[in-house]
Amino acid sequence: MIELAVREGIRLSDESITDSPLAVRGLTVSYGQKPAVFSVDMTVQPGAMTAIIGPNGAGKSTLLKAALGIVKPLSGQVTVFGRPLEEQRARIAYVPQRASVDWDFPTRVIDVVLMGLYRELGLLGRLSARHKARALDSLARVGMHDFANRQIGQLSGGQQQRVFLARALAQEADLYLLDEPFAGVDAATEKAIISVLKSLKKAGRTVVVVHHDLATVTDYFDHVFLINTRRVAEGPVAEAFTADHLQAAYGGRLATAQVDQLARVLG
Amino acid sequence: MLRDALLLQLGYNATLVAVGATLLGISAGVTGTFLFLRKRALVSDAISHATLPGICLAFLLMVALGGDGRSLPGLLAGSALSAWIGLLCLNWLTRNTRLAEDAAIGAVLSVFFGFGIVLLTVIQTLGAGRQAGLEGFLLGSTAGMLWADALVIALGGAATLALILLIRRPMTLVAFDPEYAAARGVPVHRVDLAMMGLVMAVTVVGLKIVGLILIVALLIIPPVTARFWTERSDRVVLLSGLTGGLAGYLGAAISASAPNLPTGPIIVLVAFAFFALSLLVAPGRGVLAALLRHFRFQRRVHLRQGLLALAQGQPIFEQLTLRLLRRADLVRADGVATDAGRARAAKALRDETRWQIVRADQTHEAAAALYDGLRDIETVLTRDQIAEIDSRIGGPQEVPA
Amino acid sequence: MSGSEFVPLSLTPMLIGILAAVACALPGNFLVLRRQALIGDAISHVVLPGIVVAFLLTGVIAAWPMMLGAAGAAVVAVILIEAIRRLGRIEPGAAMGVVFTTMFAAGVLLLEQTDTSTVHLDVEHALYGNLESLIWLDATGWASLLDPVALAGLPVELSRILVTLVAVVGFIWLFWRPLKLSTFDEGFARTLGIRTNLLGLALVIVAAVAAVAAFDAVGSIIVIAMFICPPAAARMMTNTLEGQVGWSVIFAILSAVLGYVLAGYGPMWLGARDAVSAAGMIATISGLILALAARFGPCRTRSGAPVQV
Repeated sequence: MIELAVREGIRLSDESITDSPLAVRGLTVSYGQKPAVFSVDMTVQPGAMTAIIGPNGAGKSTLLKAALGIVKPLSGQVTVFGRPLEEQRARIAYVPQRASVDWDFPTRVIDVVLMGLYRELGLLGRLSARHKARALDSLARVGMHDFANRQIGQLSGGQQQRVFLARALAQEADLYLLDEPFAGVDAATEKAIISVLKSLKKAGRTVVVVHHDLATVTDYFDHVFLINTRRVAEGPVAEAFTADHLQAAYGGRLATAQVDQLARVLG
Repeated sequence: MLRDALLLQLGYNATLVAVGATLLGISAGVTGTFLFLRKRALVSDAISHATLPGICLAFLLMVALGGDGRSLPGLLAGSALSAWIGLLCLNWLTRNTRLAEDAAIGAVLSVFFGFGIVLLTVIQTLGAGRQAGLEGFLLGSTAGMLWADALVIALGGAATLALILLIRRPMTLVAFDPEYAAARGVPVHRVDLAMMGLVMAVTVVGLKIVGLILIVALLIIPPVTARFWTERSDRVVLLSGLTGGLAGYLGAAISASAPNLPTGPIIVLVAFAFFALSLLVAPGRGVLAALLRHFRFQRRVHLRQGLLALAQGQPIFEQLTLRLLRRADLVRADGVATDAGRARAAKALRDETRWQIVRADQTHEAAAALYDGLRDIETVLTRDQIAEIDSRIGGPQEVPA
Repeated sequence: MSGSEFVPLSLTPMLIGILAAVACALPGNFLVLRRQALIGDAISHVVLPGIVVAFLLTGVIAAWPMMLGAAGAAVVAVILIEAIRRLGRIEPGAAMGVVFTTMFAAGVLLLEQTDTSTVHLDVEHALYGNLESLIWLDATGWASLLDPVALAGLPVELSRILVTLVAVVGFIWLFWRPLKLSTFDEGFARTLGIRTNLLGLALVIVAAVAAVAAFDAVGSIIVIAMFICPPAAARMMTNTLEGQVGWSVIFAILSAVLGYVLAGYGPMWLGARDAVSAAGMIATISGLILALAARFGPCRTRSGAPVQV
C-alpha cells in the first residue's frame, strides 16, 4: 500500500488526501509555453459545496479538466476519494460547459440524459424501464420532464444547461464537478440548478463548481478555491473569501462595480 | 539532361510548359494563401473536381456543333462554368442547410465528379478514339501538347497572377479579419467570390499540366509550407508564391528530363519536399524547434516546482523533478537539499511572495500580466520596485536578489 | 426483363453496389457528424498508392495483397494527417490536403514507372471501378440462387463486400454507445473512462476497410459519394441518430439501385446502344437525393439558427 502510494507520487504526510473526494497535488497544465495552471494543490472537503473562482483565463476550467483527465497535465497527481482517478470514474459526474458541444447533434433530451448511464450499461447492456425511469426522474428534478422527447437544438440555453445537469444526476455519483453552470442562463434556471445542488449537498454528496459571479458566492457555497494560475486561497467562505484574497486573485482586473458589490456582500 | 531542362534547353514546348508551370505555381501559391488563411483550403478540392462535367459537356457541345471538340479554350471555358456551379451549390448547402462545410465539400466533389465520369463514358460510346484524351485532364498530360495549348496555359497563368496583384489588398483584409474589412466598407461577400474565382482560374489553367485531382496540392501545400517560416501575412503570401513557383519550375524541368516522369505528380512531390523540410527544420514553428522548446519548458516547470517544494519542506516524488534537481547540484543523491539548493529554493519562495504582491497591486498590472510561475521577477521589475515590494513583505532582506 | 437475363448480368453487380454503398454510408454517418467527412475523400485518394505498392511488392494483381496495401496506405495517411496537424499546428483540412495529394501523386508516379502493360492496373480503374463486369456467369435464372454449383461461381467481390459489411455493422452495433457519446460530447465521454482517441482511430480504420473493400468493386469516386451523400441527406430527414442511420441506409440502397438501373438501361431507353458508368451514375443519384433532401427535408435547417431565405 505504501509502496503503491510512493509510486503514484502521493504524499503520505498529507492526511487529508486519504479521504478527500478530490485532491490535486503539484498540478501544472500548459497550453503551449505558458502554464494555465501552475503547481496547484487543492483538497476538496467532503460533503461541501466548493466554488472555484478567479478571473478570466486564470485556469479554472483547465484545473477541472486536468483533474478529470480530459486534458493531460505537465506534472502533478490527482486522487479521487484517496485512490487514482481511473479506479473512481464511476463516482464522478461532470457537467461540461454548454458551449463545448454541437447542439445541432441529432439526439433527443432523454437520449442525452441516458448517456450518463453508459458506463453502467456497458457496451451492450440492455436499457431497461428502470433506467428510463431514472433518466426521467433526473429530468424532473431539473424541471425538464416535459421536454424529454424534444430535439436538443430546440432548447434555450438555460434548458440545455439543465439537461446537462440531469445527465450528471442520472449518474448518481458521489462527486459532482460543474464547469460554469450559471454562464449565460436565465434566472429561473440558475435557481433550479442551485436548489438541485443544495439537495445534493444535503444528501452528503460533494459539489465543485467553476463559478464566475462573485456576488453569489456567499449565498451558494460554503467553500471557495481562489485561483489565478497559482492557488491564491482555499477554505471555508468566511475565511478564504476575503477582500485581500480577491485582490490577490484578481489584481487590477476586478471592475469597480464588482468591488462595490462585494463590499456590500462582505460587509 | 536535367541541366538542360533546368536551363530551358529542351525545346520550345518544354520551355513553355516550364514557364506555364512556374506562373501556375506562383498564382496557385498566392491564391492558396488567402484560402488557407480563411481556413477553407479544401474548398479548392470541390472546385477542381467540379470541373469534370463542364469539360465533358463542352466537348459534347463542340462536337454537336460540328467541331472536333478538342479546342482547349472551349474545354477550359466549360470547366470554369461547371466549377462555378459547383461552388454555388457548395455555398448554398452550407448557408441554407445544417450541413457543415466539410460535408458540403465532399458532397459537391463526389457528385460532380461522378456525373463527369458518367459523361466521360457517354463520350466513349460516341465513337472510339474521339474522346481525345479527356482523361488527360484527370492527371494532366503535357506530353504531346500543342504549342497553342502551351501558350494558352502560359498566358492564363500570367493573367491570373496579374489579377491577384490587382485585388490583393482587399483579399488580405478579408482573409484576416472579415468583420473589420466589412466595417472598412470592403464588400466581403464579393471579395470572397473573387477569391474563389481566382481559385477557379488557377484550377482551369492547371488542368492540362497537373490535372484536376492534383491541382489542389498546388493551392494547399505552398501556403502551409510558407506559414512555417513567418508570422507575417504579407511574407506568407510572398514565400508561398515563391515555393509554388519553384515547385512548378523544378517539377516541370525534372519531368521533361526523363521519360515516365509525369509532370503533375512530380510538381506535387517537389512541393511536398519543401513542405517536409519546413515542417522539420523551420525555426519557431518547426517540429525540431518545438520539441526542443517543449523539453526546455518542461524542465523549467519541474525545476521551479521542485525548488518551491524544497523551500516549503515538502517531499518530492516526481522522478523527473528529482533528477533535474540532482543534476543541477541542488539536492544530494539522498534527496536532501545542498546549500545552493536551499538558497535557490528560498529565492524561489521569496519570488512567489513578491509575485503575489505584484499581482494583487493594481499599479503593477502590466508586470502582473507577465506572471507564468516561471519568470524571474528581476526580468520584469526594477531593483527599486523589488526593494519596495520587499519592504511590504517584511522579514529578512538579505536573500540574494 | 426475364430472370435468365437479369440474374447473371445484373443481380450481382447490383447487390455488390448496394452492399458497398451501405458499408460506406454507415461509418459515414459518424464522420459527417464529427466534421471528418473529408477523411473519406482522403482515404479514397490514398488507396491508389496502396495498391501500387502492394503490386510492386508481390508482383501480382491479387485481391488480398492489394486490399492490405490499400488499408495500410489509409492508416499511414490517417497517421500522417494527425501528425502534421499536431506537429505543424495546421488546420485539419489543410493537413489532409497535403497528405492525400502527395500520396496520390506518389502513386501515379510509381504507376508510371512500373511496367503494368501485362496487368490491368490503371488510374481510371481505380477512380471509377468496373461494377458492370462483376457478372455471375454460372447463373441461368432465379433458380440458380438455390443451385450450389452455380452459387460457387458467384463473383468473389460479392462475398468480400458482404464480409466487410458484416464487420462494419458489427463494429457500429458493438460500439454504438461510446461512438454516439464521444461524437456528441468528447470531454464527457472521457470522464466516463472512454478512450476517445482510440475510438476515433478505430472508426477511421473501419471506414478505411469499408472504403478499400468497396473500392475493389466499384472504384473510389463512389466511395466518397457514399460516405457523405446518404448520411448528409439523412441529416435533413430526422433529429435522432438512430433515425439518421436508418435513412442513410435507405438512401444508400436507393442510390445503388437507381444508379445501376439508370446507368445500365437508361441509355437504351433513350435509344443509345451502350451503358454508361454505373459508379458515376450511383454517385450522381446520391447527389440528386441529397439535393431533394436539402430542399424539402423536414429537418434541413440548423436548429436554433435563423432560417435564411
